Amino acid sequence: MAGGDEMKLLGMWASPFVLRVKLALSFKGLSYEYVEEDIVRGKSELLLKSNPVHNKVPVLIHNGKPVCESLIILQYIDEAFAGTGPSLLPSDPYERAVARFWAAYIDDKMLAAWMQASRGKTEEDKAEGKKQWSVAVETLEGALRDCGKGKPFFGGDSVGYVDVVLGGLLGWVHANEEAFGIRSLDPQRTPLLVAWSERFGALETVEPLMPDVSRLVELGKMVLAREAAAAAGASN
Amino acid sequence: MAAAAGVELRLLGEWLSPYCIRVKQALAVKGVAGYEYVEEDLEHKSELLLSSNPVHGKVPVLIHRGAPVCESLVIVQYVDEAWAGPAILPSDPYERSRARFWAAYIDDKFFPSWEPFFKSKTAEDRAETFKNAIPAVETLEKALTECSSSEGKPFFGGDSIGYVDVALGGYLAWIKAVDEVAGTSLFDEAKFPRLAAWAERFAAADAVRDASPAVEDIVVFYKKMQAAETGAEH
Repeated sequence: MAGGDEMKLLGMWASPFVLRVKLALSFKGLSYEYVEEDIVRGKSELLLKSNPVHNKVPVLIHNGKPVCESLIILQYIDEAFAGTGPSLLPSDPYERAVARFWAAYIDDKMLAAWMQASRGKTEEDKAEGKKQWSVAVETLEGALRDCGKGKPFFGGDSVGYVDVVLGGLLGWVHANEEAFGIRSLDPQRTPLLVAWSERFGALETVEPLMPDVSRLVELGKMVLAREAAAAAGASN
Repeated sequence: MAAAAGVELRLLGEWLSPYCIRVKQALAVKGVAGYEYVEEDLEHKSELLLSSNPVHGKVPVLIHRGAPVCESLVIVQYVDEAWAGPAILPSDPYERSRARFWAAYIDDKFFPSWEPFFKSKTAEDRAETFKNAIPAVETLEKALTECSSSEGKPFFGGDSIGYVDVALGGYLAWIKAVDEVAGTSLFDEAKFPRLAAWAERFAAADAVRDASPAVEDIVVFYKKMQAAETGAEH
């Protein structure tokens, strides 16, 4: 890494999007200053200034220049530090397109299903979300089976872009059942994905970064309770 | 229809889809010609489409030497990387991250904020939804100012059409068609001078003209669409 490279990551401990960035930085062997944002009590001036359009974490500030949106940050890290550590994206254009496709799928379908299943306004909404979540999980199992060709990771023999994109969600995947009643990964239905999640979670670079699942469960339940109270208050 | 084998490059699309339009624009900008274009009937999707995009079953799909690439922005980046020609994304990693940021904004924020206006049928609805679409347009005007710098370059990509230009460009013919029918001007020259100038320059570019549908054709379709829906309500 070039001398004088300054990196700061604005984040929040429970955010799967922030975790993705931490994972990527860890895999690349890059050092950075981490700043925990207090989303509830008030976002910092630096966050609001660095991400004026969305005011969201994660934001990676490299030598004073902010990069926003987790998938964009991942690609930025891969490109700006191309000579450092392993590459996240493959070098072949077609394989890159496949990796980007699955990253988009995870964000557009899987995450949307999770949002609906956990925070849907009605029980029907949530039930539909849970159904869509199952579809998404099974589709990813198919991706591992068909594109993975028996390799340990979505990236092949070693961790790649899709592994990091999905890996960021792992803490919540484990917390989901207790927090929101969303079924956790079933070894009968998605054996490859279960094996992948155990393998990925056990990696030396990954394990220390994973959030405490019981803390996530607590947070999830608290968010639901707050929403229920607000809804009850609003209807009175 | 000829089998997929032997066809070097094929694009499965639908003439009205902004996502297909942007891929055609990107191919033209890159200088990729001679591909086979297949117009899909989305009510009766072809076997080729369903087998090439089993996850979503949607257009556009670019099939290169039999290998399918799906999702319009993924396709645009693929086109940029797989062929030599004018660069669609800049080479500097930070500039690339800004281009990706604005393209994501266009799809995730701008379009969803404009969509209700496109769907509006009454004058009251239109007034409300048009107003709600304006904040995102203000942000895009600022984005263009940021991307084109103080030198006032014509495109989001600077001197030449780039990633953000085609991201927004896919929607342009639709924006104009709806403006014509509704009597509005989304990229109003007085309020958003840079976007208005961009729209004109972009639409006039050779690569774009051939790749985009005629606004008049979309106007005809849009009017029919609105009339049909109104009729169904009664």
